[in-house]
Amino acid sequence: MRGEADAVHIAVDAITARRIPYAFAQRSRKRSAVPNLATAVERCTVIEIGGLPIRICVDDPAFSRLLQDRYTGFVSSSQKARFEFEIDLAPAGLISPDDDVRVLLRSGRWSLDRGDFHAEWDASSARGRIRQTANPYSIDAVLRIVHTLLLAKEGGFLVHAASAVRNGRAFLFAGVSGAGKTTIARLAPPDVVLLTDEISYVRKQGDGYSAFGTPFTGELAKVGENTQAPIAGLYLLAQGPQNQIEAVGKAEATRSLLGNILFFAEDAELVKMVFESAFAFVARVPVYRLMFVPDASVWKLIV
Amino acid sequence: MNGKLYVARSSEIAARRLGEEMMIMSGRDSTLFTLNEVATAIWEAADGATALDEIVERDICPVFEVPLDVALRDAQSLTEELAGHGILLISDKPIQGSRSDPGPSGKG
Repeated sequence: MRGEADAVHIAVDAITARRIPYAFAQRSRKRSAVPNLATAVERCTVIEIGGLPIRICVDDPAFSRLLQDRYTGFVSSSQKARFEFEIDLAPAGLISPDDDVRVLLRSGRWSLDRGDFHAEWDASSARGRIRQTANPYSIDAVLRIVHTLLLAKEGGFLVHAASAVRNGRAFLFAGVSGAGKTTIARLAPPDVVLLTDEISYVRKQGDGYSAFGTPFTGELAKVGENTQAPIAGLYLLAQGPQNQIEAVGKAEATRSLLGNILFFAEDAELVKMVFESAFAFVARVPVYRLMFVPDASVWKLIV
Repeated sequence: MNGKLYVARSSEIAARRLGEEMMIMSGRDSTLFTLNEVATAIWEAADGATALDEIVERDICPVFEVPLDVALRDAQSLTEELAGHGILLISDKPIQGSRSDPGPSGKG
């Protein structure tokens, strides 16, 4: 007899969430470093992802322009925002990318800490500050974390998955780094609208779930379309010798989904909500294992 | 094992049974644990009031046909591991105010 407990770190995976953006940061620094300042720039930018607007204000026009460029397609003219942040730009040198992320709620204030940023906000007013250097990757991480908290309370989540819309229905392709998320996104035919190749945005809507486009990119470095569609299926990716779809049992589906959900907060109440959300999702959405060879023929199976 | 050992499920967890396996997520650090059938039986019996040796003798040995000393040694190892992750409480006295509900059961 052997009683066994297999520990699997879900999501929270600070490591994945942190290192992918940084690797990308190194490759793309030249492209995003010097914004055009020829025209006036608004001090505040409302970035609306998944239908949830967040206002970001910063005194530095160059950084404000950088935000507007970075989140093109997700910048909203809405005056209403669920969150409002002031960014205090710190001198270069603050970055320490090896530090882990910590997300805590204490005395009514949320705090987010990683080597390259500190953010905090009042839970009731949803207003706060972010201290970071002038790079888009820190604010990107803050936005991801804030959205995980917003979604947790609504039965949704962010998940390591590519997602795309075809014929009005959304499909998710989940897997860890190297599983094929970027590959399957890159192979998508022209009639497929890409929502993301890295972090999928899932919201509960009525009796079902919808996927939303995000600007959170992976290796493809292509911002998703700002659109949404009801989720028709979740595919667990596995590269293999042939294209093949297999049904997956609910226990495996739930375990795999939980293993790919991003959640960062050390908060038992919210963790329970995310946990229950995964079970509710699997009860509603069909989950399959998708084995595929890396060519466009795999998309013949996704209809 | 000298003396009685009492075990109780932490309230800082989320747990669900799917088929024969139990999934437990730590509310402290979101670590996910999957328990097999034997470990699930121990988990479900961990009410804080029943000693571990009684749980093993009552729920494990007759069902899984394993000698008491072997089962008890493994059960103690398991509970210490789970306690180390903060999802199970261990005490040499009955544990008051622990969860009596092992968590919702899903359909496998």
